[in-house]
Amino acid sequence: MVKEIEKAGITVVQMANLIPIAKTVGANRMVPTISIPYPLGDPQTPKEEQWKLRYHRVGVALDALATEIDDQTVFEV
Amino acid sequence: MNQLKKGILYLNQFFGQIGGEDKAGYEPTIQEGVVGAGMLLNNLLDDAEITHTLICGDNFMGSNESEAVEKILGYLEDKEFDIFFAGPAFQAGRYGNACGVICKAVKEKFNVPVITSMHKENPGVDMFKKDVFIFKGGDSAAKMRNDMTKMATFGNKVLKDEENKGAEAEGYFKRGIRLEVFLEDETPACERTMSMLLNKINDEPFVSELPIPELDRVPIAPAIELDGAKIALITSGGIVPVDNPDKIQSSSATRWGRYSIEGLERLGNRSDEAFKTIHAGYDPAAADADPNIVLPLDALRAYEKEGKIGSIHDYYYATVGTGTAEGEAKRMALEIIEHLKQDKVDAVILTSC
Repeated sequence: MVKEIEKAGITVVQMANLIPIAKTVGANRMVPTISIPYPLGDPQTPKEEQWKLRYHRVGVALDALATEIDDQTVFEV
Repeated sequence: MNQLKKGILYLNQFFGQIGGEDKAGYEPTIQEGVVGAGMLLNNLLDDAEITHTLICGDNFMGSNESEAVEKILGYLEDKEFDIFFAGPAFQAGRYGNACGVICKAVKEKFNVPVITSMHKENPGVDMFKKDVFIFKGGDSAAKMRNDMTKMATFGNKVLKDEENKGAEAEGYFKRGIRLEVFLEDETPACERTMSMLLNKINDEPFVSELPIPELDRVPIAPAIELDGAKIALITSGGIVPVDNPDKIQSSSATRWGRYSIEGLERLGNRSDEAFKTIHAGYDPAAADADPNIVLPLDALRAYEKEGKIGSIHDYYYATVGTGTAEGEAKRMALEIIEHLKQDKVDAVILTSC
């Protein structure tokens, strides 16, 4: 799906936990998430902490969209 | 002695001994018994015989496909047959197309096994490998015996109800279908996984039982200016309105949805009767309690308010990414992209679980 979107010329960032799969499948901009069932907020942690984590990682994803890359890149969080 | 099973073979004008390129417009005919290359196939079959041979010119099939198919299916209507063969087509593009077209049509109408053979560069391979058993063949008629033997060997297996051991072992092009097999030595999955893992750690070769199809890289899309940009959210994590209005499947999805988030600060949860997940590949508890942890609308709204981005596209898009066939994912993506383009979306954040 990511590949088709990118092929269509729309810049895309994939937020995924399984980065190796995202890489194998061919995503170019990737931002890691923290788990499969709760990618952007661990329900064991306070709401405030979940929000911080989510806000931070979505920010990284936006910055990834604004960053020129010349190879597949996993953006650090 | 068991009664012989019956097979029918499709050949083009050349292998059906009608003529060369000048006869490529030859309209379909059916003849009793074997013709030309059919003799070889007939000899290679164990408990079956080729009772009829269909012959059609490659150009006729190429330019008058529906007429040719209709005629051929008509010829077959009153015939009894257990299996259908076409080709081999080698690297001949038109012949490959013809073999694929007719095999697919015969399979759909008569529900018998259909078998053909093509060289890997034959465009017919990509067009029909999902629908038809296409054996990996040579690039020219010099490989006739070899290619026909592969088709016949598999045909014999099918007719004897022997187990299909999958594309790799049998020698046909992968159809993109997962095949469940029980290993003869009954080595459990955990042991196989461990030995693969150890090989991987030791830099030794190992073969995955679920290979990801070959890599197909796409050019990297350019960076965007966030200022003023319209950003869309897409997820393969199965976040949908609680009534799942598009009936998106929980796995092996073939459907996707487009849902309004206009004016929403964040996604309400399942107990609000707003959004939930239908993804069968992970524990839904956390996502049902707060769908924003999968589709981060709340965080993206914050960036919209701060002015880091221009706006959020008024709709988000969702499907389920577990067990989803690559071909389906591609089709769904292309359908979604139409909306993205129409609504002038600049960039996408896609979240997966």
